[in-house]
Amino acid sequence: MMKPLGIYIHIPFCVRKCLYCDFLSMPAPETVRARYMEALGEEMAAEAARYRAYRVGTVFVGGGTPSVLSAAQLAGIFSCLRAHYAVEADAEITIEMNPGTVTEEKLAVCREAGVNRISLGLQSVDNRELRRIGRAHTWEDFLEAYRMCAAAGFANLNVDLISALPGQTRESWRRTLQTTVSLRPIPAHISAYSLIIEEDTPFYALYGPDSGGSAAAGVCPLPDEDTDRDMYADTGRILAAAGYGRYEISNYALPGRACRHNCMYWERGDYAGFGLGAASMTDNRRWSNVRDMAAYLSLPADRKKAEMHSLSLSEQMEETMFLGLRMTRGVSRERFAHIFDRDMDTVYGPVLERYAAMGMLESYGGHVRLTDRGIDVSNRILADFLLT
Amino acid sequence: MGYTDRSRIRNFCIIAHIDHGKSTLADRIIETTGLLTEREMQAQVLDNMDLERERGITIKSQAVRIVYKAKDGEEYILNLIDTPGHVDFNYEVSRSLAACDGAILVVDAAQGIEAQTLANVYLALDHDLDVFPVINKIDLPSADPQRVKDEIEDVIGLEAQDAPLISAKCGIGIDTVLEEIVARIPAPGGDEEKPLSALIFDSLYDSYKGVIIFCRIMDGRVKRGMTIRMMATGAQAEVVETGYFGAGQFIPCEELSAGMVGYITASIKNVKDTMVGDTVTDAENPCGEPLPGYKEVTPMVYCGMYPADGARYPDLRDALEKLQLNDASLYYEPETSVALGFGFRCGFLGLLHLEIIQERLEREYNLDLVTTAPSVIYKVHKTNGEIVELTNPSNLPDPTEIDYMEEPVVSAEIMVTKDFVGSIMELCQERRGRYISMEYMEETRALLRYELPLNEIIYDFFDALKSRSRGYASFDYELKGYEQSEMVKLDILINKEEVDALSFIVHSASAYERGRKMCEKLKDEIPRHLFEIPIQAAVGGRIIARETVRAMRKDVLAKCYGGDITRKKKLLEKQKEGKKRMRQIGSVEIPQKAFMSVLKLDDK
Repeated sequence: MMKPLGIYIHIPFCVRKCLYCDFLSMPAPETVRARYMEALGEEMAAEAARYRAYRVGTVFVGGGTPSVLSAAQLAGIFSCLRAHYAVEADAEITIEMNPGTVTEEKLAVCREAGVNRISLGLQSVDNRELRRIGRAHTWEDFLEAYRMCAAAGFANLNVDLISALPGQTRESWRRTLQTTVSLRPIPAHISAYSLIIEEDTPFYALYGPDSGGSAAAGVCPLPDEDTDRDMYADTGRILAAAGYGRYEISNYALPGRACRHNCMYWERGDYAGFGLGAASMTDNRRWSNVRDMAAYLSLPADRKKAEMHSLSLSEQMEETMFLGLRMTRGVSRERFAHIFDRDMDTVYGPVLERYAAMGMLESYGGHVRLTDRGIDVSNRILADFLLT
Repeated sequence: MGYTDRSRIRNFCIIAHIDHGKSTLADRIIETTGLLTEREMQAQVLDNMDLERERGITIKSQAVRIVYKAKDGEEYILNLIDTPGHVDFNYEVSRSLAACDGAILVVDAAQGIEAQTLANVYLALDHDLDVFPVINKIDLPSADPQRVKDEIEDVIGLEAQDAPLISAKCGIGIDTVLEEIVARIPAPGGDEEKPLSALIFDSLYDSYKGVIIFCRIMDGRVKRGMTIRMMATGAQAEVVETGYFGAGQFIPCEELSAGMVGYITASIKNVKDTMVGDTVTDAENPCGEPLPGYKEVTPMVYCGMYPADGARYPDLRDALEKLQLNDASLYYEPETSVALGFGFRCGFLGLLHLEIIQERLEREYNLDLVTTAPSVIYKVHKTNGEIVELTNPSNLPDPTEIDYMEEPVVSAEIMVTKDFVGSIMELCQERRGRYISMEYMEETRALLRYELPLNEIIYDFFDALKSRSRGYASFDYELKGYEQSEMVKLDILINKEEVDALSFIVHSASAYERGRKMCEKLKDEIPRHLFEIPIQAAVGGRIIARETVRAMRKDVLAKCYGGDITRKKKLLEKQKEGKKRMRQIGSVEIPQKAFMSVLKLDDK
């Protein structure tokens, strides 16, 4: 019996860095991109032996912006993948693309290679908002890319959106949502995150705790916390009316279109990550590749790992809870008891009780899940599921 | 060294306001007389502790012996006794002065006389010291030596027209100062043949030698093998070593005799046996009377000190024990707080002393501390006639059992330039001060006399004074006594629960204002929780002020990208770690620093 595996392939390149972005991604010249693709191919080949007992059920090519690669480079990734890994016939294969980098040729290559899901970064339909967050495209660029994807025969499309952008109002966010669900063909999946000000980003200097507040001259302010939460409520309402169900804190899908690869992370499936800084987990061991490009390029194909860590039983329990609770269906008590051979209540009784009493956690049909109020402040709650 | 010729000894100190250059002058004198080369000198030899160097103040008394070859061709022994420079240590200052025969008054050529200068000069004159002035910092562009000379004559009544004009910093005029010391400070008196009497002006604990007694021999002699007795504490011990003070080192000598300044070791284990001001005598041939002026030092200010990490309680206890070895005026006893756990109620001479101990605990013993609001000692007269000395607000008896309360009051002198008289009077008024008098020292400067409740000046009075006078006001005070007063206990309730560590005693007229400010401050310090938190101030169960910490509405993890779970977990761990640094009161987590931030409430 072969075990299921997810594969993540990281493309750390983009046209230019967005102001809020803390992902491992940067613009790079063609020579670096070429060397990277070579190293990535070698890594995938060298690591294949480790996964002989697995069949690949999901693949996700993310970034950065994988669509900055040439059609030939994209083709190379997938041929390398299929040459070394047993990819299921019905595997979900996703690639991320950004407007302005999508071409018919690249789409054709992807289609040919078996890609069946495309995730497009839109973030907002308001060009002023896009400019303020440093996006390299306009709403019109997005429409063109979306049209091309549909025309190339991709029926499973995701659109990424971000709420609580600088200068954004509730009205403009509603307009973004409504415009997105009016796209035809209708997107199968929508990711709608609330903007987080991450450290080491230009936005951290503008809006972070040391910025002196967004009152600084010439800085467009962020919506306040109440508006932010109202926007989040609007998201649920508007998307539900258009037929989308929320299956994770920030992810919405038409029936049967939840992202399998995404769910795999929350449910602690085994996965292999390839490329710069990519993370992997199999058999309760986590590791990740080096995050430095020069190191990644120069290290031997089987030596690109930076950290390896075997998860203790309590760490596995922690993860089961703080990852599982991001899913709207929550964590199954039966599954917990099955995996760990003890009741969830014997480990987490007091935490579960406390947050249930506060109306932030609830039990239903043998599961524990966050309530809407709990989701708003999920960090606080999830932190309390850490055991050490 | 065979110097027993008293006519060649000069025992003196330097008195000055903070920053007028006392320590710099001391350094120059030591350097000029060749005791240390420039390279060996770390700036300001006498201020040993890091803290002293940083703050530019002297905390412990120090002494150094210098040999100076004067212009008359003779060699003189100059004993410089450095005195602490803060009102908290007034008693120590007075004992150091008593060990001297004269004093140099250093006055800043630009700033002139300050309140502290006056207080110290009067203290020196009270001890019958011959005081001669020196005008320092003449290199400053703003120096006005003639004005300062006139001021010294007008205000203090010291002859000043011939005062040496010097710059300790630039090394100008140091020779003149040395000659003046020889010429103007009298040689010590005393009689070697009389029974031993020596004044303790400081002591130090050394882990090898035990207590090292710093003393001035008034009469008689002391040498190895003799049994000495401390007349006030009654402690007896056999002398192991006598010696004098080199720069930064102890130099043993055969004996100390009348007129000399030096040290004695006698394997004494505790500085509590060698209190400052006590008289050392010969146990077998004691002197008739102890030297005058001894008093037992009692703490004026108390506060609770708790380890931020409860597990370090034993470390805090050990550290306090060690500090007390060297500081007989530090008092502590264990106490327990509902909010802060196990800790100590500590007594200090004043707020500076408190801050010093706190900093030393944190630096030298690597402890993280939470301290509660400093409190003075209130006298609670109960209806049953009993009088309770209250050092911890939590121990206030039930109001029904209290007949009346008394609080300590100080006589304060504030010297300020004319332009700020109004705002300083306003400040004193706000702090429940009673106006006594005002006199103009000269056209532009006034000396204000007020009586102020001690509890109004221990928090932040000095800061407020400085900021309202743009740094020009100077301040000195001494305890006057106790007065009946309308005091109440102000309690703080967080999420409806009383937090004992935040309670304090306050005058009923200021209760509302203080309560309001504390609530405002706490509102800023307490992070938002998942629920709304009321912060209330109450007097006798009646709520007088309220603020609310709004409930946290948003705290969500962003995208969890590419399965990088480890990074996200670190965020959650950071959040959990933050909680550990908080104190749990009921269901509310209060950061350690919130307990301290409420100490400074003056927002002007």
